[in-house]
Formats: sequence, structure tokens, C-alpha cells
Amino acid sequence: MSSVVTDPTVPGGAPVAVTAASVLRQASNPVDLEATQLSAWFGKRKVLERCDLLMERHKVTALIGPSGCGKSTFLRILNRMHELVNGAAISGTVELDGVDIYSGKLSPTQVRTRIGMVFQKPNPFPSMTIKENVLAGLKLSGTSSPDRDLLVEECLMRGGLWNEVKDRLDEGGMTLSGGQQQRLCIARSLAVRPQVLLMDEPCSALDPISTRVVEETIHELAPDITIAIVTHNMQQAQRVSDRCAFFLVEEFGKPGRIIEAGETTQLFASPRDPRTLDYVTGRFG
Amino acid sequence: MSLLLVGLTLMFLANKARPALSKTGSWYFLTKSVWNPALEHFGVFGLLMGTGIIATIALSVAVPTALAMALFINEYAPRRLSRYVTTVIDLLAALPSVLFGMWGLFALQGKLVPVARWITHNLAIVPFFRIQASNTSLAQSSFIGGVVVGIMILPIITSVSRDVMSQVPREQCEGALALGGTRWGMIRSVILPFGRSGIVGAVLLGFGRALGETIAIALIIALRFKANSHWLSAGGGSIASLIATRFTEASPLELSALVAAGLALFLLTLAVNLAAQWVVKRGVAR
Amino acid sequence: MSGRDHSVVEDENTFLVKHADLFLTEDEMLDRPARRRSLNGRDLVDVSLATIAAGTTAIVLRLTLDWNGLMSTVVWWYLLFVALYFVLVRDRTSSEVAVDKAVTIVVWSLAALIAGVLGWMIVYLTAKGLKLLRPGFLTSDMRSTGPLTTGGGVKAAIIGSFEQVGMATAFVVPVAVLTAVYLNEIKGRLSPFIRFIVNALSGLPSIVAGLVIFAAWVNNGHGFSGAAGAAALAVLMLPIVTRTSEEILRTIPDSLREASLALGAPQWRVVLRVVLPTAQAGLLTGVILGIARAVGETAPVLLTALGSDATNWNPFHGPQASLPLFVWQLIREPNLRQNDRAWTGALVLVFLVIALFALARLLLARSQRKLGRSR
Repeated sequence: MSSVVTDPTVPGGAPVAVTAASVLRQASNPVDLEATQLSAWFGKRKVLERCDLLMERHKVTALIGPSGCGKSTFLRILNRMHELVNGAAISGTVELDGVDIYSGKLSPTQVRTRIGMVFQKPNPFPSMTIKENVLAGLKLSGTSSPDRDLLVEECLMRGGLWNEVKDRLDEGGMTLSGGQQQRLCIARSLAVRPQVLLMDEPCSALDPISTRVVEETIHELAPDITIAIVTHNMQQAQRVSDRCAFFLVEEFGKPGRIIEAGETTQLFASPRDPRTLDYVTGRFG
Repeated sequence: MSLLLVGLTLMFLANKARPALSKTGSWYFLTKSVWNPALEHFGVFGLLMGTGIIATIALSVAVPTALAMALFINEYAPRRLSRYVTTVIDLLAALPSVLFGMWGLFALQGKLVPVARWITHNLAIVPFFRIQASNTSLAQSSFIGGVVVGIMILPIITSVSRDVMSQVPREQCEGALALGGTRWGMIRSVILPFGRSGIVGAVLLGFGRALGETIAIALIIALRFKANSHWLSAGGGSIASLIATRFTEASPLELSALVAAGLALFLLTLAVNLAAQWVVKRGVAR
Repeated sequence: MSGRDHSVVEDENTFLVKHADLFLTEDEMLDRPARRRSLNGRDLVDVSLATIAAGTTAIVLRLTLDWNGLMSTVVWWYLLFVALYFVLVRDRTSSEVAVDKAVTIVVWSLAALIAGVLGWMIVYLTAKGLKLLRPGFLTSDMRSTGPLTTGGGVKAAIIGSFEQVGMATAFVVPVAVLTAVYLNEIKGRLSPFIRFIVNALSGLPSIVAGLVIFAAWVNNGHGFSGAAGAAALAVLMLPIVTRTSEEILRTIPDSLREASLALGAPQWRVVLRVVLPTAQAGLLTGVILGIARAVGETAPVLLTALGSDATNWNPFHGPQASLPLFVWQLIREPNLRQNDRAWTGALVLVFLVIALFALARLLLARSQRKLGRSR
């Protein structure tokens, strides 16, 4: 059975048929990710105050708000990267398809294969080629794949990079431009077939054209994978997301909170909270 | 003030040149293994080999352990324990070498000789592990000396490796972990490739130190001039231990031979150390 | 680890009244960081299984193959333990996780091994050295004692070490600091050349340093002396102290220099009054560490000061003792009493080195606090 995948780098998004069954499609059903009463500390300092957020399957949820409100911290709690910092602690639950990822049923490494992350600064592995970079996740997490070449092609296609690198898969990962590197990182994250993809300001270090390509990639990925994206760019939030959550630190020195969350169109057009209105209209931030 | 330093250095070089004038034929000196002051035959080849053998054994003990220690300090140990361990390693570097020699001779040798015996009995199939005859003494061997020197060079290899490995950019480590990598996976795919040239430099630095080590070896290994490739059995020696043990009774000619030997050793260690520093700089600058 | 357990409090008012002295509200009390355990039960099961299985096999091997020696049994136990643990974990999870856990065990074991070896060394030294450690040991020399008599001590050696290292330090510190200033502050044209010399010298084997001084000075008619020993030590100390000084100077932020220059001060004054005082403690630390290393050097002093039994207060004339020489000479004699003295001398030497080391560390910590930095 063949499936159709759109290559975002081709202008107009013309569909490119893949003759074999999509390796990625088979892998996982998208699921809900729900954070309940999530608080976070760095040592004694509390940085997040009881956040509740449901990130629905098939949808893109954007986390918006001014700098320093804890959006990135929130994101890192979702894939258990927060605990890597000395003295970091949380309370509350994060449920992936009903299973609390902090309960001990899943080890941190297992959680991170199910919930992937793309970082603000593109970080391909310098000692590896493009192909090896895409497959790095497999090696690191100990999963195997029946057809690695097909997987590489599939992931690079979905990351919107295939056409540009298909002839030079054996070149080093650092020979690419910034935007290409970021798409490589997206492809790399997809190779372990996560159920959720977290993106921490993925376009803030990129030029406008690469940004556009990455946004189209997000759009393509959304049906198959739950996405949560932190962004400073409100126009971007409106472009890519279905739902939005607005984070804010109410007073200097206090922890960040989710002020309001809802459908993107509704949040931007007629938010319930006046502070949300101020932010989305650009009065501060 | 810097001229003072330069002047000092020039004086040093001039002094070095003087003893070299009274050398016997240098080719003979470097390729033969004999030390006979009466007949005025001097050849340090065997000792050059001995120096190399000891240094190699020292490296094989020190390098895996040092890398493990560096990884332990950086990645495995909790913060406070890391600091203690680092202090301990630095202290190890400051301890006088006589102490290592004494401890090696009286304490460690007793424990290592059975190990050497086990190796020669059970692994004798491989020629590398053989000894000359079954009643050859296993004490005072290059093996034991090498292990002690290995412990002595451990701190420097650990320190330099640790320095290099701690400079890995955090985002690459995080990238590996975010893909579901285990700690070892992250070390293997990010940290070690990054630190590769620095670690090589560290190993070379340790090698240079091992070549120059005198006292511990002089205390432990029975001095033999012929090249002794049977490193598990008694006998061996290095140029440094030669100088230390022979110099009090040396005639003037033997003395200049000793100086020539010292010169050879210095050139060797100089080459290794410079190579090491070049490699380390290259790795860090990347 | 849910933060929503309400079963603890039944009636909010009652609770607040009963515990009015508590600072936190009910809500805040429930919203506290959760504690996480990093080892879970299954890990412990694996470890115990592996331990027992490996232990039994090792003992069986020992009995059947008739190997004696506790060490070989322990080594075999360890190897089997790691292998079995690996297999057990791999069956439960994946081979990647199993390798990770096995490597963790190996790394911790090696660290423990090193700690153990060092501990063994110190304990052995202390056990052997304490025997003769008395105040008298520090105040008498070896002039009138020998293998057959009791008494004797390190007085000559301490005085010799003190004088030799002292003279070496007095020479080395100004030269090293000035060189470091030249390299880091003035950055003159000779810098690459000087750096090369410093790097080359730092690899100098200690015995070759001694040999050079011997050939150039001692053998040339001036004879053995403490000053010659000091010269050899200076050659060894110089690159070390220069290197650490340069590194300390490099850590002083440029903004400090720029601010001073912007106030109109000439560079030499900036260095003298601003940079050096700020770097003071760090430089001192480097010097102390250099001293600690020099105090323990045997080889260079052997060839230059030769060592002596009698106390020689004059470093410029005649052989002089030093602590490491004392130890070296006495440990080589095939006589137990002399060996005992050597061990005690070694103990004194190690005390000294550790004391210097601790002093250096203390100063370093204080200087970093002053600079507002924490490592």
C-alpha cells in the first residue's frame, strides 16, 4: 500500500508518492499529552506554578508568552529533560496516553523516545554524516529498523530536506546551512518514531525562508504526531497552531503560570483575560 | 626580565653541548646494549628499549583507568563527590616519587608477583607472556615497575582528558539524550568523538612523563643492560635509572657517557611532549 | 506522585485552626516538589542475582580447578558479575540499556579501585612510618648513627630541603611571574619563542636537570652543594610556576585592565597595582604547588647536593642532605633499621607535601570567593 507524502521543499507542495508503505505511518498512533497541576523548581526557586494543559492529538499546541515565563522549562518537563539539571524538581503529573511519565513505569530514556525534542539552536552531531545523524537516534535508543535506507529517506522527506541532500548523504552534518541543519534535526527526531514532538523555538535562529519551510514541515507532520511548540513569534503561533497556551510571570520573582489556554483563533481574536489581549496585540512582550 | 630567562636558557643549551663533545661514537652508543666502564664500551640500546617497555606497560595501566576516572568525574559522580575525587587525583600528582617506589617495592610487589606467575603459567601459549626459564625471578620486573609508573602518570592523563571532555557543548549532549540515548550512548557518540584529539594529547603527555621517571624505577627494577623483552621477569631498567645508580662511581669518561644518555633521553621526551601539546591545542581549539 | 491527594485534610477551617502556626496554606503544602527514586526494585533484583550467581561460580571454579589465592577468585567473581548483570538487564530491557548499566558499574569500580590503591599507599606508609616518629626524629641527624645504633633523624635533611627549596623558590618566583606578565600582558614579539622554551622545559626529566647542573657546575670544580641542588630544583620549578602564573593571569577579566587604562594609568602601573594584586592568591597557590613538587624531588638533588649524614647549614659549600635523599639512601640499604628510618622520613615528607597542598587549596578557595566566582 503506498502512501502520499508531501515534500515541502518543492514549491506548491506537490505530492511525491512513496512506493512502499510508509514506515513512519505504521509506527505509532498519535496520542494526547496532558500536564496536570505541574509545578517546577530549580533548587529552592519555584519557576512554574500549577500548570494544567492538554495537548491534543492531531493538533499543534503553541506555548506563547514573554521571555522568562517558564515556557521552555515546561517543555523540558514534558520529556524529562528538566531533571538533568542539578537540584531540579517538579510536582504534578504528565500523562502520555494516560500513563504518567514520572511514575516509574517508563524509564527516562523510554520517555524520550516517545516524546522527541527539537532545540532552539540546531545541534546535528559534528562527527557524523547526514545519514548517520538521521540514524543516530536508532543507535542511541537501541531500536532497530527493518530498512534503514528507506527510513532515512522517509525522515528526510518529512523533514523537508530530502531533495537537497539526497545526493550527499555521506557528507558531514555540519556542511549544511542553519535552516538545513534544523530540518536535519527534525528528521533525526522523527527516526525514532515518537508519538509527540516538542519544539523549543525551532525557528528563532533561522532565516525567513528556512522558517517558512520548517513551518510547512510542522503543518505536514501534525496529522500524525502531537506537536507542542514554544514560540516568541505570535504570527508564527497563529500560522502553525490549533491551540495556544499563554504563559506569564505576574510579578517579578514569582513563578510562571498559564493564564489562558484555548483555540488559537479564539485566543487571538477575543481572549478572556485582559493580559492575554495586551500580549497578543503587542502592547508588551 | 624576559631576557634573563632567555639568557638562562642559552646557558643551559651551552652546557648541554659541552658534555656531548666527549661522547664516544654516537651511532654505536645508540644501538648497542653494553655498559662496561673498564673497556670503555657504552651502548644504551637495551636501556632505550627498557625505557620504552616500562612506559608502554605504564600506559596500558594508566590510560583505561584515567579515561574511566575522567568520565567518572565529569558524568557519573554527584557534584560533591566529583570535587573530592578531583582533589584526590591532584594530590596523587603531588606525592613524591620515592614514595611510589617504596610502596611499589615493599607492598605492591608482593601482590603483583602472583599475578605475574598466573599470567606466565596460564597464558604461556602466547610468546608475549613467556619468561626465560621457569625459575626466573618474577620480582623486580619491568611489569611491576611499569604498573607503579602507571599509577604515577594517572593524574596527568585524567586531568587533561577531563578538561577536554568538559568542554563539549551542552546542546550536543542534550541532543543525544533527547533522542532517547542512555548516558553511555551520549558519551560514546558525542563526548568521546569530541574529545578524541585532546585525549590523545593527554596520553602522549603521560607517555612523556613515564619516559622520564627515575626513582621509582631505580628502586624497583633490577638494572640490566641487555634488552629484556621478558617484561614479566626480573631485570630491565631505563636510562634514567642508569644515571641515578651509576653516577656516584663513574669515571670521567663514563660520566660523559651518562650525560650523553641523558641527552638522548631528553630529546626523546622533548619530542613526545611537544607532540602532545600540539595535539591538545588542536583538539581544544576546534 | 500526584499533587492532588486531599485525603489528608478533612475540614479546611479545622486544619487552619489546628495548625495556625504553619506558614504554608493548605494549597501550598500539597504543592511541594516530589521526590524521585533513581534506582528501582528491578535493578536491585538484578544486582543480587548477578552477585550470587557470580559468587557461586567463582567458588566452584576455585575448588574444581584448584586455584589458590583470594585475588584470583575475586577477579573471576567480578568479571562474571559484570557479564551476568549485563545479560540479565539485556533480557529485561535492551542491549543498549544493558551496556549503559554495565559501563556504569565498571566506571564506579575503577574509581573505587583507585581510591583504594591510594588509601592503601597512605595507610601502608603511615603504618610503617609511625614506628620511629618522635620529636627526637626531627631534631637529630644521622651523623652519629648507623645501621647498628638507634636514634638518628631528619634534622639535616629538613634543613637541607628547606634551604634548597627556599633558594630555588626565591629565584623562580620573580622570573616566573615576570615571564607570565610578559606573555600575557605585554604579549611581546618573543612570546612564541618563550612559550616554546617553557613548554620544552616542562617536559625535562628531573634527572636530566640534575645531570646538567652536575656536568656544568659540580663537576667543574665547584663540588656538591646545596646551592647546586637549588639550581637543579629551580630548573624544574620554573616551567611549572610560569605555566600556572600565566593561566591565573589569563583568568583576570580584561574589563579590569580596560577600566584602569581608561582612567589614564600606564600599563606597567595597571599590571603592578591592579592585575597582580587581584591575581595574588592564585599566583601564590601556583607557587605553593610548585614548592610541593620540588620538595619531593629526589633525582635532581641526588646529582647535585649528594646528601649527607651531618647537618650542613651552609648551602654553598659541601654536600647537603634533603628529605627525599634521606629516604632514598636509607631505603636502599639492606638493613631493617635504616629502612625504618626511611619510612619515617617518607612520612614526614608526605605530611609536608599534603600540608602545602592543603594550604594551596585553601588560598585558592579564598581567592575565588574574593573574585566572586564559584566553581
